[in-house]
Amino acid sequence: MKALTFSLLAEPEERLDLSALTPAGLAGLTDLDIARLRIGSGRQPATVGDVFKVTGRNVENIVIEGGSTRIDKVGTGLALGAIRVTGAVGSQAGRQMTGGSLLIEGSAGHHAGSGMSGGRLEIKGNAGDCLGGPLAGEITGMEGGMLIVRGKAGNYAGERLRRGIIAILRGCGDYAGYRMIAGTIAVTGRVGATPGYLMKRGSLLFDRRPEFLAPTFIDCGETDIAFSGLFDRFLIREKIIDRPLLGASPGKFGGDLAVSGKGEILFRRGR
Amino acid sequence: MEQLTRNGVLIDDTFAEAFGMRATAIIITAPTLKWARQAAITMTGFATSVIGCGCEAAIDMDLPASKTPDGRPGCRVMIFAMGTDELQKQLKNRLGQCVLTSPGSACFADLEGTAPLDLGNALRYFGDGWQISKKFGGRHYWRVPVMDGEFLCEATTGLTKLAVGGGNLLFLAADSAKAMRAAERAVAAIEKVPGAIMPFPGGIVRSGSKVGGKYKGMMASTNDAFAPTLRGVVKSALTPDINAVLEIVIDGETSDAVGLAMRAGLKAVIDLGPKRGALRISAGNYGGKLGKFHYHLKDLLP
Repeated sequence: MKALTFSLLAEPEERLDLSALTPAGLAGLTDLDIARLRIGSGRQPATVGDVFKVTGRNVENIVIEGGSTRIDKVGTGLALGAIRVTGAVGSQAGRQMTGGSLLIEGSAGHHAGSGMSGGRLEIKGNAGDCLGGPLAGEITGMEGGMLIVRGKAGNYAGERLRRGIIAILRGCGDYAGYRMIAGTIAVTGRVGATPGYLMKRGSLLFDRRPEFLAPTFIDCGETDIAFSGLFDRFLIREKIIDRPLLGASPGKFGGDLAVSGKGEILFRRGR
Repeated sequence: MEQLTRNGVLIDDTFAEAFGMRATAIIITAPTLKWARQAAITMTGFATSVIGCGCEAAIDMDLPASKTPDGRPGCRVMIFAMGTDELQKQLKNRLGQCVLTSPGSACFADLEGTAPLDLGNALRYFGDGWQISKKFGGRHYWRVPVMDGEFLCEATTGLTKLAVGGGNLLFLAADSAKAMRAAERAVAAIEKVPGAIMPFPGGIVRSGSKVGGKYKGMMASTNDAFAPTLRGVVKSALTPDINAVLEIVIDGETSDAVGLAMRAGLKAVIDLGPKRGALRISAGNYGGKLGKFHYHLKDLLP
C-alpha cells in the first residue's frame, strides 16, 4: 500500500497543529474525514484539505511532503508506524512520542522531541532550543527513546532529560543537559558554555574537552572504562556516527556538585 | 555387548544417558584475553558436578575483540544447574566473587532465554549509590565504580530450559598415557563445538561413578566395573588389554550441541587410532531409565 502522503500546496498562512496526523489519529478515517480535520490555529482554522493534497492509504506510513517552519507538533504522541517530513518543521515535533519513527529531513524548531518516552526521532538538519525538553510547568523532559540531530542543536539541549539518548552531530549551544536527571547526551562538534549545569545524574559524552564548564564540575582524570567502547560501538552500529566518539580512555568531569555530583561528562582526550 | 570397529578402534553398541538442565551463558571481557580467561577460569572453578558444586560450568569458547559487545577480547562462559533458583544463586555468587574482583573485567549476557537471571541487578549495590544505570539498544547495563575504573555488567542474562547435561564418552586404553592422549584429543575437538562445555578438570574425569554405594548416604561411588585394578575381583567391563579409562562429560545448550560434541570427540579419537590412543570407546548410562536424552554411539560415528 502506498504511503499516506500529505503534499503541502503552499506556504501556510497560519501556524498549523499537525498532532492529529499520526497513524493512531487517522486510523479508520475516510478521505473526507481526513480532508475535514482542522489543523489551523486562527479564528477560521484551515483544514487538511485546504493546505495539503492527500494521496495514498497506508496510515502506518505517513509522508509530509514539503516542509514549513509553521507546521508544529508533527508526530505528537506517535506510538507506532513511521512519519517522514521532507522539509523543515516548526516547534514541538515528536512531542510526547512513545514509539515508532519520525524522520525530519529538514530542520526542526524549538522543543523537538519534548517529553518523548520512546521511539526514534531523527532530524537531518538543525534543531532549535530545548531539544527534548519540558514545556512550562512540566517536571521532566525526554523520558526515553532516541533523538538524533544530524546538524546543530540550540541552547538547553536535553533539558531535564530523564532517560533515553540524545545524539547531536554538529555541536550545540549553551546549557546542554541543563538540570538533567539521568540519561545520555552525546555530542560531536563544539559544545557551548556550561554543559551539564545543575545536572543530577546522567552522562554527557563529547568528542572534545568542553571549553566553558561550571566551577562545580571537578576533573576526575582519565578513566579506563569498558563503557566507552561499548557505547561507541552502539553509536556506530546504529549508524549515528561512523567512528568512535569517546575512544579507549576518555577524560571525565564529575558534577554538578551544586546538586548531587553523580553526573558525568566524558570526553575524548587529545582534542 | 555388540561392537563396531572404526580405524581399528572398538566402539561399544551403547549409549550416553543425559538429563535436562537449566543453563545460562555470559560473555566476560577484559583488556587482554589472558585476563578475560583468568576471570572465566576463576568463575568456573569448583564447578565440575552439580552433585558437590551446585553447578557445572566452563568456558565455551574464546571470542576475539571484534565479536564482543565492548570491543575487547573475551570468552563465553556457560553455567548449568538442576534448578533455576540454584542457577541464580551460583551465578550471583560466582559473578560477585570471581568476575567483579578480576582486573579490568566486564560481563555481558549471551543467551536469549525464556526468563531473565540477574547479573548486574544483583551486584549493583556494591556501587554504594555511585552505580550508574544505562539503557540503550534494548539492553540494560550497570556501571559500578571500582579501584581500576568501572565494572561494566549487563543487568540480566537469559535462562534456557532446553539445556542437557551428562553427555559422555569413555576412552579405554592400554595404559594411562594413551588414555590421556585420546582424551586430550577429544577435548581439543569438542572445544571447537559451540554451545558445549566439559566441566571437569581440563575437560577430563578419571573418577567415573556409579549410582549409590555400600556405605549409607553415598549418592555415588567408584565405577568399579571400569576400574582396571579391580578387573577380575569385580564384575568388570574391561578386557585384559585395558589398563586405563578416562571419561569426558559434556553439557550442552541444546541436545543437538551435546550430540555434535560427542560426534566431534568420537571422530578425534577414532582418527588417533588404537596404537597411540584408545583401544575401545564406550559411554556411560543408567540403563536408560533415569535420563531423558540418549546418545547412541553407533549413530554418532564418522
